[in-house]
Amino acid sequence: MRWRRGSQFALAGMTILVVAACGGGEGGGGASPATLNIAFLPKAVNNPYFDVAASGGQEAATALSGTFKQVGPSEATGAAQIPFIQTLTQQNVSAIVVSADDPDAIAPALKQAMQKGIKVVGYDSSPAKDARNVFINQADTKAIGVSQVAMVCDEIPGCAGDIAVLSATSTATNQNAWIQAMKDELASNSKYSGLKLVKVAYGNDDPQVSTTETQALLTSYPNLKGIISPTTVGISAAAQVLEQTGKAGKVQLTGLGTPNLMRKYVKDGTCKEFALWNVKDLGYLAYYTAALLVQGKIKGNPSEKFTAGRLGEYTIDANGVVLLGPPFVFKADNIDQLNF
Amino acid sequence: MSVRVIDAPTDSALARRFGLERTLTLVARLREVGILLVLLAVVAIVTIQAPLFFSVSNFEQILLNVSLIAIVAVGQTTVVLTRNVDLSVGSMVGLVAFATGDLLKENTLGVPGAIAVGCLLGLGLGAFNGLLVAVAKVPAIVATLGTLYVYRGLDFLVAGGKQVSAIDLPRDYLGIATSSVLGIPTLIVAAALIALVAAYLLRNSGAGRELYAIGSNPAAAEVVGIPTHRLIFGAFVVCGLCAGIAGVLWGSRFGSVNALAASGLELQVIAAVVVGGVNIFGGSGTVIGAVLGAILLATIENALRILHLSEFWLLAIDGAIILLAVGTDAAIRGYFQRILTRTGRR
Amino acid sequence: MRVRVLGLIRRWETLLVVLLIGFVVLGSSLSPYFLSASNFSDLTSNLMEKAIMALPLALVIIAGEIDLSVESMLGLASALLGFTYALGWPLWLDIPLVLVVGAMGGLLNGVLVTRAGLPSLVVTLGTLALYRGLASVVLGPRSVSGWPEWFTNFGFAYVPGTLIPWPLLVFATLALAFLFVLHRTWIGRHIYAMGKNKQAARYSGIDVAKLKTYLFILSGVLSALAGVILTARFSSARADNGQGFVLDVVTSVLLGGVNIFGGEGTIVGVVLAIFVIGVLRNGLTLADVSPDTQSVAVGALLILSVAGPTLVRRISAAWPRRQLTSPVSNS
Repeated sequence: MRWRRGSQFALAGMTILVVAACGGGEGGGGASPATLNIAFLPKAVNNPYFDVAASGGQEAATALSGTFKQVGPSEATGAAQIPFIQTLTQQNVSAIVVSADDPDAIAPALKQAMQKGIKVVGYDSSPAKDARNVFINQADTKAIGVSQVAMVCDEIPGCAGDIAVLSATSTATNQNAWIQAMKDELASNSKYSGLKLVKVAYGNDDPQVSTTETQALLTSYPNLKGIISPTTVGISAAAQVLEQTGKAGKVQLTGLGTPNLMRKYVKDGTCKEFALWNVKDLGYLAYYTAALLVQGKIKGNPSEKFTAGRLGEYTIDANGVVLLGPPFVFKADNIDQLNF
Repeated sequence: MSVRVIDAPTDSALARRFGLERTLTLVARLREVGILLVLLAVVAIVTIQAPLFFSVSNFEQILLNVSLIAIVAVGQTTVVLTRNVDLSVGSMVGLVAFATGDLLKENTLGVPGAIAVGCLLGLGLGAFNGLLVAVAKVPAIVATLGTLYVYRGLDFLVAGGKQVSAIDLPRDYLGIATSSVLGIPTLIVAAALIALVAAYLLRNSGAGRELYAIGSNPAAAEVVGIPTHRLIFGAFVVCGLCAGIAGVLWGSRFGSVNALAASGLELQVIAAVVVGGVNIFGGSGTVIGAVLGAILLATIENALRILHLSEFWLLAIDGAIILLAVGTDAAIRGYFQRILTRTGRR
Repeated sequence: MRVRVLGLIRRWETLLVVLLIGFVVLGSSLSPYFLSASNFSDLTSNLMEKAIMALPLALVIIAGEIDLSVESMLGLASALLGFTYALGWPLWLDIPLVLVVGAMGGLLNGVLVTRAGLPSLVVTLGTLALYRGLASVVLGPRSVSGWPEWFTNFGFAYVPGTLIPWPLLVFATLALAFLFVLHRTWIGRHIYAMGKNKQAARYSGIDVAKLKTYLFILSGVLSALAGVILTARFSSARADNGQGFVLDVVTSVLLGGVNIFGGEGTIVGVVLAIFVIGVLRNGLTLADVSPDTQSVAVGALLILSVAGPTLVRRISAAWPRRQLTSPVSNS
């Protein structure tokens, strides 16, 4: 009787293997060079920032007659991104454009994709250097860190007091790079000697966690004078908390955010200024670069120059990075100019 | 004259000695007092280390954080008393939170309308759980594990990757979380009211006491003529309603809602319920105990932050507290058992 | 009577096989990329950690208890592995160390449940939080990478010349071992007996406390092993590795026909159920259905899978029948 159970198991197992073996082998060969089937894989899909970038990608797709799709996890973790990379590899897309939650965790899966001939372009937050062809950096890392500190200093009366950072996830490449740049600037520039960074909190790009982390910051550091939140989900959650607890104006807020989400807070003074870049352009450039790689028009080598449609000419630097442009500061007088 | 049947030897021996009413009360009060003592001890210790812990605004903050969990804990207690459990509360809260937020964003029904729909939705979700457990006889752990998945999945389907942000929500709705009644924040008042009403009903109404009976000894309860299926169904409906209320208030409290809202809430709630002295096998425990359990856990979390201790200890401490709480319960019961055996009562 | 009862069991596993084939067909109709060896390979490698944890959990549930702390032990193992590796300790030392910690964690569960007499649902709920918390304390928010190539190859690559992921070999060996122990040895019979009726088992001379403790220890060790494999597969040790796994693992066991109240279930059923869920999810993923939406299907499957047999059990309870695995058969 037991052997019958065992044999059922064997039967099931063999059925699968036979079916698989008869199936299309490696899932078909590579796509023809002219086909542009490019997928965006952001850190997480519930994020308005990435939705804006996606619209830029869609715009480029239309301009180049390629297809665009966006897939991604609901939670911003590297582990969650891996199955999506594998699926895209199975589906044999021409290129994957990815913003990494964890640069190392997704590297093996990305390398497997690259081995199959799929191009990998990083955007917003870079995967490990050997797991991507090119990385589109939205703005110079150091410049972002420097400007964040400068803005919070501007906002705090006397430029002195405790400040905290509300980040996204603890492993995100871009966040860690910016935070390091901020720390370097605080240490080296005597103008900021009165500011003290007391805590880096992680909101995981989740509105709820960002809210509770902000509340915790306000509770544990009653002398807090400023919060820097270089993530769109974090800065809008922090703004909401400051208003709700009545601390708006007493604790200053700055960071990176989208104008639509922050418009109200800029106008009522909760957040006097914040920065970003043209997120739609980021998506557009990322798609364009990926397309050029797929079509073989560029190889991703340092010093290569290329023209990205309506954005003009770009050069790949020694590390395989392409810079979109300088950050843009939003204040009350210009926040109505852009709509995203 | 109604017959009450009790299972645990301790309770029956005590019951014969003191009478049922006083036994249940005794055990319950013992636990509630115990938690209060621990709470006071924690407050005292932390205040010595960091005086700013002991302030009205800080305590208010703690209670605000607890209010939503406490509401859900009330519903969960009702279910656990009947020897069941509801693992889907997190998903129910999340689904209602997003649905309510979405309705408010479109502003088709106005604020009261959206709130009413949210509560009804919670009721409905709870009713489905109740159907699975009471009618289809699926064990509660399994049924609610399944609905945890299903409701969360529905939440994602409805959300479609979008979120509802604070700027989308009407001012009056957001104002609920910041307004107060006689100086006490509305959320705290709401949670307290719900807890008190539930506590009263559970203790003083026939249905309430029958819930205890079902949890103590389901077979006996049936024999005696208690409509167990109907009551268990009702318990799940109540749990759903509580989750619905918490979901409706969620958007107001947190400002933005996405499909991940309230993920993992079920574990926090069950922890609060267990720490609060509610027996996971049913039959004993009180709503007040569960609420106190929630407050204790939230106070400890707050204390860790004030003391600038790494919040990474928080989860480990929570786990240790759960083990401690359940262990203490068992030890107390064992103690009473030994005493009563020694005095010759069986 | 025996034949009819065995027929019942056979019907449940047959149903799982039918489901499996059905989902394979569904998957291939939803996407042209489904039916390929590399896809099945990916699908399998994503499942292995959960599969390895499901095996001992099945035994624990059959014995009448439950262990929710498996995913946290996985996380703690991963965090400890990363921590010790970052300190410079060699892997041949770290891995056994981590497995020992897994055993200790399981021992704690076992002692609390058998000696202190606490309900396992609550105990393992507490250790679910405790072990995850300890993982956070050990490693904090950081992640550890830079593993040696043989380690990451073990986790992510295949047996040379084939598309079989290494962890599948580990799982297959374990599954066969469990199959043998549960269905062919006295240990297995004792486990079923404990699950069916704890008191009767004790009176028959079975040391319930000792056996249950060993089962919890086994669960701890294999969860730690799963943690090691996951770390290798992700090339990244993190305190939050494995978060959310417990639901899938418990679902696999229940879907596999194991009775939540204990005393019934088979390893074959559990293994089939693991793949049923894996294939379903994979097919839907390739069709670009998000994992969270897939949850609706998985949840519905779980509910139906239990409502079904519960009904069947109620019907068959009306007929007089023997205990399935009791060596002493009474008519």
